[in-house]
Amino acid sequence: MAEHKNPNYMAIFWWLFGLTLAELGVYALPLVKWLFVILLISLALSKAALVAMFFMHLRIEHRTLSLIAVTPLVLGALLVFLLSMDISFVPLHTADAVRTTAAGH
Amino acid sequence: MTMHPPETLEPAESPLTPDSWGKLGMWVFLAGDAAGFGVLLASYGAIRVSSTDWPVPSQHFGIQLTAFMTFLLICSSVTMVKSLEAIQAEARGRMKLFLFLTVLGGAAFLGLQAYEWTHLIENGLKVYGNPWGSTLFGTTFFVITGFHGLHVTGGVIYLTCILVHVSRSQDMARNYKLAEIAGLYWHFVDLVWIMVFTFIYLL
Repeated sequence: MAEHKNPNYMAIFWWLFGLTLAELGVYALPLVKWLFVILLISLALSKAALVAMFFMHLRIEHRTLSLIAVTPLVLGALLVFLLSMDISFVPLHTADAVRTTAAGH
Repeated sequence: MTMHPPETLEPAESPLTPDSWGKLGMWVFLAGDAAGFGVLLASYGAIRVSSTDWPVPSQHFGIQLTAFMTFLLICSSVTMVKSLEAIQAEARGRMKLFLFLTVLGGAAFLGLQAYEWTHLIENGLKVYGNPWGSTLFGTTFFVITGFHGLHVTGGVIYLTCILVHVSRSQDMARNYKLAEIAGLYWHFVDLVWIMVFTFIYLL
């Protein structure tokens, strides 16, 4: 059996509960879009980190397991970066195509 | 003279996996699964940003219900870790109670998801279309929440098997390892829902 000292699970529960209420609070506020998105994603990542660190014991686990856990995050970040580049350039290509078509007529 | 290999040379004692091969296996599986969910959510974001007629989720989804579903999964994660504490304390009654409550939380989540899906389908949200805008609004919703729901279903079945097994077994050290590995899966399901709740329902 594991010999480590367990974290205070009820404290983590109250943090998660509080952060969920904060999410609902942000959701109800009339904020500008970029602030709304940043706040909600930050709150979700904070909750996910609490679950991974304390409930999944990553904080006290062997480093190998932490490296395994971080791998999909790195891949995810790369994917989001590449997709954002793609999305950013699609309208330009589309606009170019429309101009070229219009010039041909 | 007969030589017996010392017990400390078991594979589980290697520097890579100081605790358990089972735990390592579960983490590798979860990393692959996380990549799958990551692809789904990133694709959802890309499709949504590219769309010109994406409906406003808050106008069609019940946020109060899904917030309660989030609360249920958080509670079930707490009961899961409480069952591990009970195993450490060799309290068999509490171990069984907390594992049962975890299974119950998962089952209740699935019941609420079925209720939500039924309500949305009756209102016109389908995999192949909806009355409010982009067809992919319904497709992405059902694929992502459905994929997560399948994970919850798998988790409920898995935890039920673990509950039956540890209820019969007297080996508490082994029970701890089995419940800890099952717990990793269950917390992962909770973690993914935290992201799904934000990306699909709130944003």
